[in-house]
Amino acid sequence: MSVLAVEGLRKRFGALTATDGVSLTVAPGEVHALIGPNGAGKTTLIAQIAGALTPDAGAIRLMGRDVTRAPVFARARAGLARTFQISATFLDMTARENAALAAQAFARRPLNPFSAVARDGALNAAAEAALALAGLAGRGDVRARALSHGERRALELAMALAGRPRLLLLDEPMAGVGRDETHRLTETLRALRGKVAMLLVEHDMGAVFALADRVSVLVAGRIIATGAPEAIRADPAVRAAYLGEDG
Amino acid sequence: MSLTLLAVQALNGLQLGLLLFLIAAGLTLVFGVMDFINLAHGAQYITGAYLAVFFYGHTGHFGAALGLALLAALALGLVLEALVYRRLYHRPHLDQVLATFGVILILTEGARALFGPSPLSLPRPEILSGAVPLMDGLNYPVWRLAIIAAGLAAALGLWLLVRRTRLGMQLRAGADDAEMIGALGVDVARLFRAVFGLGAMLAGFAGAMAAPVLAVEPDMGDGVLILAFVVIVIGGVGSIRGALAAALLVGLVDTLGRSLSTDVARLFLSPSAANDAGPAVASMLVYVVMAAVLFARPQGLFPVKAQ
Amino acid sequence: MRALAVLAALAAAPPVLEGLGAGFWVVTLSRALIFALAAMALQFVLGRGGLVCFGFAAFMGIGAYAVGIAYAQGVEDALVVFPLAMLAAGGFAALTGLVALRTRGVHFIMITLAFGQMAYFAVTALSAYGGDDGMTLWSRSTLGGFGWIEGRWPFYYVALGAAAGAWALLRALGASRFGRVIDGARQNPARMAALGFDVRRAQLAAYALSGALGGLAGALLANHAEYLSPAYMSWRRSGELIVMVVLGGAASLGGAGFGALVVVALEEALSGWTQHWRIAMGLIVLAVALFAREGLAGALARLRR
Repeated sequence: MSVLAVEGLRKRFGALTATDGVSLTVAPGEVHALIGPNGAGKTTLIAQIAGALTPDAGAIRLMGRDVTRAPVFARARAGLARTFQISATFLDMTARENAALAAQAFARRPLNPFSAVARDGALNAAAEAALALAGLAGRGDVRARALSHGERRALELAMALAGRPRLLLLDEPMAGVGRDETHRLTETLRALRGKVAMLLVEHDMGAVFALADRVSVLVAGRIIATGAPEAIRADPAVRAAYLGEDG
Repeated sequence: MSLTLLAVQALNGLQLGLLLFLIAAGLTLVFGVMDFINLAHGAQYITGAYLAVFFYGHTGHFGAALGLALLAALALGLVLEALVYRRLYHRPHLDQVLATFGVILILTEGARALFGPSPLSLPRPEILSGAVPLMDGLNYPVWRLAIIAAGLAAALGLWLLVRRTRLGMQLRAGADDAEMIGALGVDVARLFRAVFGLGAMLAGFAGAMAAPVLAVEPDMGDGVLILAFVVIVIGGVGSIRGALAAALLVGLVDTLGRSLSTDVARLFLSPSAANDAGPAVASMLVYVVMAAVLFARPQGLFPVKAQ
Repeated sequence: MRALAVLAALAAAPPVLEGLGAGFWVVTLSRALIFALAAMALQFVLGRGGLVCFGFAAFMGIGAYAVGIAYAQGVEDALVVFPLAMLAAGGFAALTGLVALRTRGVHFIMITLAFGQMAYFAVTALSAYGGDDGMTLWSRSTLGGFGWIEGRWPFYYVALGAAAGAWALLRALGASRFGRVIDGARQNPARMAALGFDVRRAQLAAYALSGALGGLAGALLANHAEYLSPAYMSWRRSGELIVMVVLGGAASLGGAGFGALVVVALEEALSGWTQHWRIAMGLIVLAVALFAREGLAGALARLRR
């Protein structure tokens, strides 16, 4: 069973059809990359999968469960974790506190009014584990505000991983990140391959081809091709979409 | 309840609605363009009323009093904008709430200090006093019709301003992205001042027009201001069209609610209980409607800002 | 440890003031403590939760009227009316919160303002309980038939106990998992939802609790003044409460309590000086909003650096 199954998704904004009958699947442990030229509708599609936007038609299934109209937090609890294109960490908290907060959502009593967080062993342990997975071991006590841009992207990832998700929705994780840190992030994601399914939206082609098992190409709200990275690279329709007819 | 009485109350509701629109329009414009929540907007309304009374006392002429009151309301608005509000445009809403709360404390108490706590009155102008027969057995005060006419004219004027003039275009663009139009060369500070002045004058005008029918006292702004907030929340903050629709709705619901509630309550309760319950329910009616609208559409009827 | 020092100082206040021949100040201090309770409850939703509620006075008023209406029906036992007040106020908060919390930002401010006014007008229309003129209580709430808080000092210590208890409760809540969620929801509600937290449910719970504590403050206020009126619920009162929170430093629980003390003392002092003291109050509020936004807690923090 697919971890994520999107069927015939449709979304219109007035005269603009941002999502025009999109279907795709993500298999367990698979890294599925979503690429496409600017304005193709990637952000709108991701927003619908994450739950920030409600589609006009179609269905979204998480592990077989219909979440098309489920609120954002319900999808998270069903195993969907996402990172944001613009880092959304809590700047005044330390890296560990950020990760602990993310882990808290999946603790047995997330809204417990009686448990003090500061000395919560279980949460802090889960936080440290997530930080380690994202390559931030040892940076736990640094305030998020003081982290480098790349480290903050890694913290985003740590927060997404803290809940042991089934599907990671990665919204341009390499955005604005320098070459060294891109390499580090790519290695981090490579280490996660097979352990958690990923839907990766990215412009950085190097990362896409290094990580992806499958690639889907979104153009003008429609998926025009899906396949192995090499096949996509050679596909004439894809070349035309990116490079124009004479590419 | 007779049809005549119903018609009278409907007209009263229309009048209240248009009065509310005059106040709410300024409030919603200021919010839409400057993202500024102005609790002291009621002060502009009170100013219009008090100064109309004051200038009438000195000139004996209603038209002159109205004109002078409008100018004074405008002046007050611009002074407040320059001294206080300008510093708050980029601050969080809580700061704006706090500051304008301070302003309204100062201004209402100032009104009490200058004019005394007792209600003052303003006589209607000669030619617009009296009543006209609208239908069989229904005589309606001319002045209230004048308010309705003035309100509709103002609504039309605003529509023309926003849709057909350069200022209106800047207003609409500014509501979208003030920083951007500033970068494009528009004098944003002047635009803000213009919006503010316009809102202040509309509210002052409402106050002056309302003065002959309502009691002019320091607390007169309270009820009206809260209703204006209800109006712009129902209508959609930033939308003038929403403000008009919501103002008419609120005016009618409130007026008809108050006149009908006791009668409706009598259908279910004893007369004495109904006399208590009726007004209580009536006063809450507008808020219940507001809650219902917001439950279905949290952004109001005509949301402007895409969320 | 600072908290214990403050508590000790407040506990010692009545005998000290009596010794200084200023025993009547205990009455003002009682009133200040009641408002401190309310202000701290408001701080939890406003300062921690980031929800600018402009209708908090309604919760106090409902608590006061719960006491008044029960009194009119012959029910005076504190063990009945105080919980009743908290339940009524908390219930009103939960119901209005259901609608209000679907909105954000300015909408939320205006909706809470409107709901506050709704309560105000509803109560004004209750002519059976005094309507506009309000209602006098001829005695304070009793305990087992005994007038335990009739005296100046007993009432003071009850008010102090309530305020201290609320402080401890809110402090513990703030340090808990629940508090973290409220914090996070203030900073980035979308992120919190994406992490898997039911933000609305958490905020509603905080709002209802805050309302209930406001109701307790209102019940105490009715007892203190032996009088209740719709003015307890006016939007000006709601504004004053916000001033108390901000004056102390919106991010600080203790600050809110301190802000309440300052505002009550100021009002007492100013109203003795001039009939138009509200102008002075307004100028102070304006000055704080423009120049001292971080409040006293912020000023203290700056001094320490």
